[in-house]
Amino acid sequence: MANIEVDGKSYETDEEGYLVDLTTWNADVANYIAKVENIDMTEQHWEVINFLREYFEEYQIAPAVRVLTKAIGKKLGADKGTSEYLYGLFPYGPGKQACKIAGLPKPTGCV
Amino acid sequence: MLHIINKSPLTNGALDSCLRVAQSGDILLIEDAVVAATTGNASAAKLKEAMGRCKVYVLQPDLDARGFGDRLLEGVSPVDYGGFVELTASNKNCQSWL
Amino acid sequence: MSDMKKFMFVNRKAPYGTIYALESLEVVLITAAFDQDVSLVFLDDGVYQLKKGQQTKGIETKNFSPAYRALEGYDIEKLYVEKESMEARGLSEEDLLVDVTVLSRAEMGELMDQQDVVLSF
Repeated sequence: MANIEVDGKSYETDEEGYLVDLTTWNADVANYIAKVENIDMTEQHWEVINFLREYFEEYQIAPAVRVLTKAIGKKLGADKGTSEYLYGLFPYGPGKQACKIAGLPKPTGCV
Repeated sequence: MLHIINKSPLTNGALDSCLRVAQSGDILLIEDAVVAATTGNASAAKLKEAMGRCKVYVLQPDLDARGFGDRLLEGVSPVDYGGFVELTASNKNCQSWL
Repeated sequence: MSDMKKFMFVNRKAPYGTIYALESLEVVLITAAFDQDVSLVFLDDGVYQLKKGQQTKGIETKNFSPAYRALEGYDIEKLYVEKESMEARGLSEEDLLVDVTVLSRAEMGELMDQQDVVLSF
């Protein structure tokens, strides 16, 4: 367990940096985690983060990378539904890294 | 295929479920399930009926441990641990009715 | 594909009372990554896993039932429910949160026989 401080508020994370209480997530926390991960959040990044949030809201799981890639392609256009595009935005993996920024748990089956 | 049951039929529905679904193959009773294959047990009739479709085995050490070594239902084949292994090896697949 | 194997997950436990249902679901989601022929079977109390309208706030437990609707996106589309198990619980297909194929006991037995690997929960 660890804590991160954003704007004077404390948020609990696990040892890998994932938020413990998903309901405490907000855009400021996302930006903070992104900075720690060395990612400059752009509109394209937010598209993916928002998609992940919606996916989790509906299914209560973080999607596997393969599933995310396919679903992004359907929702945001085929050019964005590729590993190249998603890894370009999140070099350490759209599953691991994007889920962390989105305040979701690590995808099941992701090591 | 091999079906394995390890719960007493008097406290758990696993044997009933297995007998309902299994169309053929082998049924092996182990642990607390061995009592199903003893004379006078309420499940004996059901098991007899299933023997028309499936071959029924019981793990002898589990039967002995519970004092039922001499009460085995007719038509049920006793096996030792080696026989247990052979059953798992000779069948293509296996369902444990947990 | 010749190295594709038939995997069947047999779910026979109600959710929340024990960890079986959730554990099975997690293994299924991981197995999906290996591109195999995966079937999910819901027998006995396992049918309760698919009941619509689960509300777990009161027992302070995560409601994992929405994840069954995500299975399609994981290319897991073979979901089977045994008719008698469903009917014995006063349920019909309309009570279930995903589309399933309802099988008779004999059909269920045959399907099980055809599998290469059966995982029991």
